[in-house]
Amino acid sequence: MKSNSEGLIIDGMVAYLDRDNIDTDQIIPTEYLKSIKKFGYEDYLFDGWRYKDDGKLGVTKEERIIDENFILNQEPYNKSKILLSRDNFGCGSSREHAVWALRDFGIKAVIASSFGDIFYNNSFKNGLLPIKLDKTEIDFLFKQTHQDTLELSIDLQKKEIKVGDKIIFFSVEQHLVDRIIYGLDDIDITLKEKNKILNFEKARAIEKPWVFK
Amino acid sequence: MKTLYDKLWEEHHVTQLDSGESLLYIDRHYLHEVTSPQAFEGLIKKNLKPWRLNANIATPDHNVPTTRGNNFNSESITDEISKIQVVELDKNCNKFGIKQFDIESNKQGIVHVIGPELGFTIPGMTIVCGDSHTSTHGALGCLAMGIGTSEVEHVLATQCLKVSKLKNMNVRFEGEVDRHVSSKDIVLYLIRQIGTAGGTGYAIEFSGSYISSISVEGRMTICNMAIEAGAKVGLIAPDKKTIEYVKSKSFLDADTFSQAKEYWKTLKSDDDAKFDKEITIDVSKIKPQVTWGTSPEMVLNYDESIPTVFDTTDENKKNIELARDYMGIEDETKLSDLTFDKVFIGSCTNSRIEDLRQAAEIVKGKTIASNISEAIVVPGSGLVKEQAENEGLDKVFTDAGFIWRDPGCSMCLGMNPDQLKPYERCASTSNRNFEGRQGYLGRTHLMSPLMAAYTAINGTIGDPS
Repeated sequence: MKSNSEGLIIDGMVAYLDRDNIDTDQIIPTEYLKSIKKFGYEDYLFDGWRYKDDGKLGVTKEERIIDENFILNQEPYNKSKILLSRDNFGCGSSREHAVWALRDFGIKAVIASSFGDIFYNNSFKNGLLPIKLDKTEIDFLFKQTHQDTLELSIDLQKKEIKVGDKIIFFSVEQHLVDRIIYGLDDIDITLKEKNKILNFEKARAIEKPWVFK
Repeated sequence: MKTLYDKLWEEHHVTQLDSGESLLYIDRHYLHEVTSPQAFEGLIKKNLKPWRLNANIATPDHNVPTTRGNNFNSESITDEISKIQVVELDKNCNKFGIKQFDIESNKQGIVHVIGPELGFTIPGMTIVCGDSHTSTHGALGCLAMGIGTSEVEHVLATQCLKVSKLKNMNVRFEGEVDRHVSSKDIVLYLIRQIGTAGGTGYAIEFSGSYISSISVEGRMTICNMAIEAGAKVGLIAPDKKTIEYVKSKSFLDADTFSQAKEYWKTLKSDDDAKFDKEITIDVSKIKPQVTWGTSPEMVLNYDESIPTVFDTTDENKKNIELARDYMGIEDETKLSDLTFDKVFIGSCTNSRIEDLRQAAEIVKGKTIASNISEAIVVPGSGLVKEQAENEGLDKVFTDAGFIWRDPGCSMCLGMNPDQLKPYERCASTSNRNFEGRQGYLGRTHLMSPLMAAYTAINGTIGDPS
C-alpha cells in the first residue's frame, strides 16, 4: 500500500460560492459529457458562470469570453485548492464528470453544509475530499471571506481545519479518507471477495431464478 | 419490524467489508452512451470482462437526435462528437456481447422507460445505472439507484455495489386528488415541502391510499423525482396493479412467473416497521404545481405569485434573487403572467403512454398559441411511439401544431439538437429546472403533461379545468 503523503494536508486560499443547491449541471454542463475521456475537464468547470458565451466541447478557454467577475477567474482564487459553498452542493445528476472537472481544475477539497449523495460518493473515488460542516461553521467561514482572503489548512489524518488560531474538526468515515490517502482501488478490494460473490450468486440463481432469465 | 428497503437490502447483501461498507449484489444494470465509455475503458485496461453478461441492458438515449425518420443509424448522427459516443456504445456492446437496443431498434428509448416496458425491471431486483433517475424503477418494488461512472465499472467487473446503508423515510400520500392533478404535481408538491435536500441520506418509500389508487406509470413519475428531493432511492411496494403490469410485459414462462409472483407478494414493509422519518401529506388540497425558479424546490400552485426577496428569510434571499434574475422575472409577477416560447412533453419523468394520453386530451381539436414558437412531443420509447400512433395521438398533436418526434431524452437536458435558445421560456414535463439545463440561458418551468399541453394551447399557465 503506497501512501500519498502529499495528500495529507490540503492548504491555501479558499475560493467561495455563496449559494445553496449548486447542482452538477452547474459544475459541468451536459455539453461536455459528450467526451469519452476521464480527464481534461478543467476548462469547463462552472462553464455557465465562468464565461459569457456558450461553449462547446473542444473549444479552449482562450477562445471564450471570460467573465472577470467570477471568482475562479480571479487571482489568487484561480489557483485555489479549496472551495467553500453552502447547502446541498453537487445535487442533481449522477455525472462523475462534475468531480473530474473540480479535480482537473485543481480543487482538492469542497467544504459545504451538505452534499448530494451521489456526488459525495463519486468524490472519494477521485481523490476529492468533500467536508461537511455545521451551518454555523459555514457562516463563520463565509464571514472570514467577507473580511479578507481566507487561508485554511486541512489535515486529513487529524480531520481538522486550521483557520488562523481556530481549529474546526470535521467527521468523515475513516475508510473514505484512506481511499484518498492511499488511492485504493475499489475493484481490487471487491474482487478479494470473489468466492463470496460467486457463492451468493449461485444460491440466488436457484432461489430466485427469474432474476437470471 | 422491517421496511421494504431493509428487506431488499438484506436479500442482496453479499458480505460486509473491513471498511464497514457492504457488498450488495446487483441484479440488473442499465447502460447508456454518456456515462459508460470511461467505465468500459477502465474494464479493458484492467483486462476484465462483465461479470454476468445478461444482467446488462444498453440503449443510447441522451445524445440521439429525435428527427431520425427511417434508415437512420449511429453513423447518421451529424453532431460528430455525439456520434462518437453512440458509436462507442455500439462498439463496447459488440465487443463484450452486451444486449443493446440500438438506435435502429424499434425498442430503443429512454433507459428508464424501456427497462420496465420490456420486462427487464421486475419487483425485488436491485437495479443500477449511471443515471440519477434510476430511482424510477423503484416504482415496481425494486431497490434502484443512480451511480457514477467508477461504480458503473465496478458493477460491470464485480456484479456488486460497495455501499453503506441508507436511512428509511416513509412518505404517505393520503386522500383523493382533483381531476386535473397528476402524480407529477404530487411529487413537485413534496419537493416544495421537504426541499431538494430533504431526502438526502434516505431511501424514501411512498405509500398511502393515493399511491394505491394510481397506475404503475404514475408511480414511476413519483419515484423518478425522488432524486430531486435528494433521495437516490425511491420505492413503492408491489401490489396487484404492479403484478398485472409486470405480467403484461414479462418474457418469463408461466411457471417461473407464478413462482416469482408468490415472492413479490411478500415485498412490503411490515406493519410495525421502523422508519427514521415519516411524513403524511393530504393530497386532496393539492393544486397543479409549476416551478418558477432554478431548483425543483422553487414550486408554486399554478395561480400563485412568484416570491420576491421581501417575502423570505435572510438565509434564502440570495437564492431567490439569483433565481429571479436568471429566470427573467421582474417586479411582482404571477406564474400566470409569464409568456412562454416553447413546450416540451417528454423525458424519463413524463413520456409514457398515459402522459401522452393526458396531454392529447387537452390538445384535441385546438391549436397552439401564437406565442409558442415550438411545441414538441418526444415519446419515451419506440414502443410508446408505436402505441400512441395506433391510438391516433400523433395526429391529435400534429393537428394542433405540435411536432411529433422520435424517442430520446431530448430537451430534458439538451445534449442533442433539441435545446432552448438564450432567454427562451419553456413549459416542460421534465425533472430539472437548473440553469442552462435545456440550453444555454434557457428558462425552464417544470409541470405535468396536462399543464404543459394547456400552456401550449393557452400560451400561458392557467386553470386547466
